[in-house]
Amino acid sequence: MGYVAVKGGTEAIENAAKLLYYERIKGGTRPLKADQIREQLYLAVDRVMGEGSLYAPDLAALAIKQSAGDTFEASFMLRAYRATKPRVGYSIPQATTEIKVVRRISAAFKDIPGGQILGPTSDYTLRLLDFELLNDNQKTRKSYINNLFKGLRDVGPLPESFPRVIEIMRKEGLLTERAGNSGLDISGIYDVTRQSLTFPAGRSATLQSMARGETGGLLLLAYSNMRGYGDIHPTVGELRVGYVPVRIKHPYTSELYTVGEVKITEAEVIAKFTANDGSPKFTLGYGLCFGHNETKAISMAILDRAMQTEGKRMPSEDQEFVLSHIDGIDALGFCAHWKLPHYVTFQSDLDRLRKTRESDNLCGRGKAGIEK
Amino acid sequence: MKLDNYMKRKESRQKAVEYNFAFLDESAKKEIRRKILKAVAVPGYQVPFASRELPIAKGWGTGGLQITLSIIGSGDVLKVIDQGCDGSVNAVNIKKFIGRVTGVKTTTVTREATIIQTRHRIPEERMSEDQILVLQVPFPEALRMVEPSELETRRMHGEADYSRMWLYLYEDIVRYSEISIGARYPVTVNGRYIMDPSPIPRWDIPKLNMADTIYIFGAGREKRIYAVPPHTKVEPLEFEDFKFRVEDFTGAACRRCGSADTFLDEIIDEVSGRRIYQCSDTGQCDLSNGKIS
Repeated sequence: MGYVAVKGGTEAIENAAKLLYYERIKGGTRPLKADQIREQLYLAVDRVMGEGSLYAPDLAALAIKQSAGDTFEASFMLRAYRATKPRVGYSIPQATTEIKVVRRISAAFKDIPGGQILGPTSDYTLRLLDFELLNDNQKTRKSYINNLFKGLRDVGPLPESFPRVIEIMRKEGLLTERAGNSGLDISGIYDVTRQSLTFPAGRSATLQSMARGETGGLLLLAYSNMRGYGDIHPTVGELRVGYVPVRIKHPYTSELYTVGEVKITEAEVIAKFTANDGSPKFTLGYGLCFGHNETKAISMAILDRAMQTEGKRMPSEDQEFVLSHIDGIDALGFCAHWKLPHYVTFQSDLDRLRKTRESDNLCGRGKAGIEK
Repeated sequence: MKLDNYMKRKESRQKAVEYNFAFLDESAKKEIRRKILKAVAVPGYQVPFASRELPIAKGWGTGGLQITLSIIGSGDVLKVIDQGCDGSVNAVNIKKFIGRVTGVKTTTVTREATIIQTRHRIPEERMSEDQILVLQVPFPEALRMVEPSELETRRMHGEADYSRMWLYLYEDIVRYSEISIGARYPVTVNGRYIMDPSPIPRWDIPKLNMADTIYIFGAGREKRIYAVPPHTKVEPLEFEDFKFRVEDFTGAACRRCGSADTFLDEIIDEVSGRRIYQCSDTGQCDLSNGKIS
């Protein structure tokens, strides 16, 4: 098989871009609006915001439209947009007890303070194709909504804050405590968008890297651990989905201002381990990401816990291995770059291969070479 | 603001979203310039930096691109090459992007350029002290072939513990009677750090040694910047009885310009099936060929 050194190609590139645009619009259906994507494909939007590391639902929806639904590409566009924005400041650490809960469950205790709130979940649905949706229209939607709320008795508002399930265990001294930041101090917090990771990475850098990691990548590594290449047997202590406020400190008056809110998914998994003194304890793994993405938050929590394993043996326990390979934008780019021409490097390899064969013929394999 | 309103506003301005000069925000450029200074101060040492995402994918030259965007001024003249070629897809793409966010003049002639961004080649023409060569780097760590862990390779560099690298070369010779590394041939910089010169062919390695030009290497995905300042000693790893050798093009010459002293791309002729050759450095080839005077 021959290979042809393609020189030139400016025009070809431009035409390829035009063709890509055309591919999306050539069908006869009505154009998809970005706000439709934001409202109706909200899980894709959430995923892209998380992996794109920018909480911007409108822009994420636009990115999904532009990338024709490829979440890797869409997250990539969002990250690139992010690179044009200066870092103007940091928000104040926010306790997630102050959460407007959409969903909140615990697999550890049946009865939890504040109660289990299932919220919108596909967990217990039968994954049967709903052919009714083919006739989705405003009328059927309206009647569905009317039926849903008809005759619903008035329930009181949800509590403003929910105590954490793990506090129960903490009170009993069943949890291993870790030193950590508390209060409003952010001085010790790493910023992975402004400093490159060095190893061993601190906890804040670890969690940040995973929060912007690719969902599938995190799932793969977490799954490998729970399946047997590792020994985390996690219990979901608590899983929350909801809105938390974003607060900043006024640069001059130091007053706190709430500037908005973000939807997050938070997971705390509990796993048993035996301490150095031989006593069994529980340890925590923590996961938090933008938007509603439970798979990601739980995977992140499991990996957080796995990387704390003493005497790492498995890939998912190796911090450098995990953190170096979960970024979707890094991975996508590098994988795609193999499509670029490699004529020069290949030529160089070819030269070595031919030379090696020549030497083989001259003096036989395995013997020392001779200077020619 | 609703996205639709935003889009309308954009249309009314008749202009795309306005970006900062050279795309990156100023604080990002400042950080990268500082890291370049550090890299120059410690030749061959990999300086970590907070790599930004660009609208071009990681692995497609974002390290080099961030360096170029950080050092470029409106008076610069830019040349971009990919595997030696000005017209290759990646080079065209990058040149177009930089042109769009800076408006600088571009060229294909090596000596006209003040900044040259390159992937996998150093131009054939000797560059001057007024020029900067920015190299795109996929794997900044030369020791990666013997050690996968970053923590460990940083220790090895710190202690100049390069025995495993030498052993690798030795074993290569035992196995193949040759050092089988093609491109990306490891070098020692300034007698201290072993450095990955990026996937340039061995042909280009001697150009790094005691050059008049500054070479800045950027690895975007791996988040590292390193440099070879002008007049710095750069030596390929070799043994007394097993010398480093460049690619052999004995008996071959460029079918366009006839050069027999340049790095050549090998092409299989579609009709005759014969092996023919062509200059990898198209800018140089066009000059020799009289296409540009």
